[in-house]
Amino acid sequence: MTDQPHSHKNPPTARGAIPGLLKGLATTAKTLARPTHTAEYPDVQPHLPPRTRGVIALLEENCTNCMLCARECPDWCIYIDSHKETLPATTEGGRERQRNVLDRFAIDFSLCMYCGICVEVCPFDALHWSPEFEYAELDILDLLHEKSRLGQWMPTVPPPPALDPNSAEAQEVTAANKPARPAPEARS
Amino acid sequence: MLEVVVRLVIMLLAFVVMSLVVGQTEHKVMAHMQGRLGPMYAGGYHGWAQLVADAVKFVQKEDVCPRDADKWVFKLAPAIALAPYLVAFAVIPFTSTMVAADVDAGALFVLAAIAVGILGVLMAGWSSANKYALLGAMRAAAQLLSYELPMVLSVASVALAAGTLSLTGIVNAWNPLWLLWQLPGAFVFLTAAVAELKRSPFDMPVAEPEIVVGHMTEYSGLRFAFFMLSEYAGIVVMSLLFTVLFLGGWQGPFSASLGLVWTLLKSALISVVIIWFRSSWPRLREDQLQRLAWLVLVPLALAQLALTAVWVVLSS
Repeated sequence: MTDQPHSHKNPPTARGAIPGLLKGLATTAKTLARPTHTAEYPDVQPHLPPRTRGVIALLEENCTNCMLCARECPDWCIYIDSHKETLPATTEGGRERQRNVLDRFAIDFSLCMYCGICVEVCPFDALHWSPEFEYAELDILDLLHEKSRLGQWMPTVPPPPALDPNSAEAQEVTAANKPARPAPEARS
Repeated sequence: MLEVVVRLVIMLLAFVVMSLVVGQTEHKVMAHMQGRLGPMYAGGYHGWAQLVADAVKFVQKEDVCPRDADKWVFKLAPAIALAPYLVAFAVIPFTSTMVAADVDAGALFVLAAIAVGILGVLMAGWSSANKYALLGAMRAAAQLLSYELPMVLSVASVALAAGTLSLTGIVNAWNPLWLLWQLPGAFVFLTAAVAELKRSPFDMPVAEPEIVVGHMTEYSGLRFAFFMLSEYAGIVVMSLLFTVLFLGGWQGPFSASLGLVWTLLKSALISVVIIWFRSSWPRLREDQLQRLAWLVLVPLALAQLALTAVWVVLSS
């Protein structure tokens, strides 16, 4: 109602109610003639864009238990338990190596607000968005997805979108294509 | 005796089936007018059995009667609301021979019968011991009183033009010219019919957001279903009546063999128009509603009556 001062010049009844009534009839008749927009969901699957935030999938091999996702999560819905394992030296006289082993990785989707910060923050691409959304449960406790269930979402993750042809090359490619640094000249 | 029973059964069946068909049409047509699909599952094909499913649901529901309600009146009201339409339906002719009960003064009888329907609404609203129900019933009563007059006047105009009160006689006297010179009367009748049915844009008495469906507030289960059925039955009766009075009933090409089809086709058209109004127009305020009845419809109906009278006198 920005034109309040002018409204007295054009009161709604200036031309009577008939044009408005006819317009209403015409609008509904036109809508009747057009096909509806209804997506018949359970019968017809929706077409979801690849970047849909449906569920978070975990690629367990990529996870280093760095806890970044758990720490960045705004509502603390990621649970990570891990322990260190000592690997014996592979060669005689070598050094023993230590490795992080993931015991538990769980996302509580009853708490998750689908902000995607964990996916963004993961330095090793262990977390991915999947467009799957049909994981409603009767018991809210069942919304806590353990790592096996999170891993099952991995096949549903769409491939990453193609790069923009005009974009800069990936850092790795640039680095690999750099001419080799000339060998330092032998100092005399 | 057997013939009477057969007629009765056929009439009852036609009454219920036509009401349900109109109800289903409302579901689907209104849905598509609002860009929706409407019922799609019940019965398999585009939800054709939705109202049957609804009936099954209503039967299973608890029949609640409020503690302070006037029990007998409360329980009787839905039947009183539905029965007048059944009675009116009985005397409306589908073809010159196809009528459940041929009454001499059919037009008068139908109007009288339909006017009884308000009693059911008043009973329901009064006995519910509920403010909203009472408000709704009072609004309904005021509305029906106002719109009864223009309706009767427009029917009187048709009866005058035909020179008979018999519905069959009116259709037999009809000719396509009536579409033109009875047009104001037809407009008045249709408007008053929509108002009598308490349908949008005259659904003030059953406004959901203001008075929670008025007189139906306290009803549940089968009794509520009766009120719903009476609404659809009302559309059927009013459409048939409009067809018989203003559109020439079974008259049309090949009316000797296709008379019934013409009647059904014309009344189906009117039913769809009434549904169309509902999905297109906003609700009238109570004072606007009364204004329309007394300042527009009654003078218009009187003018139509005068026009008809002058025409009849001049042409005789």
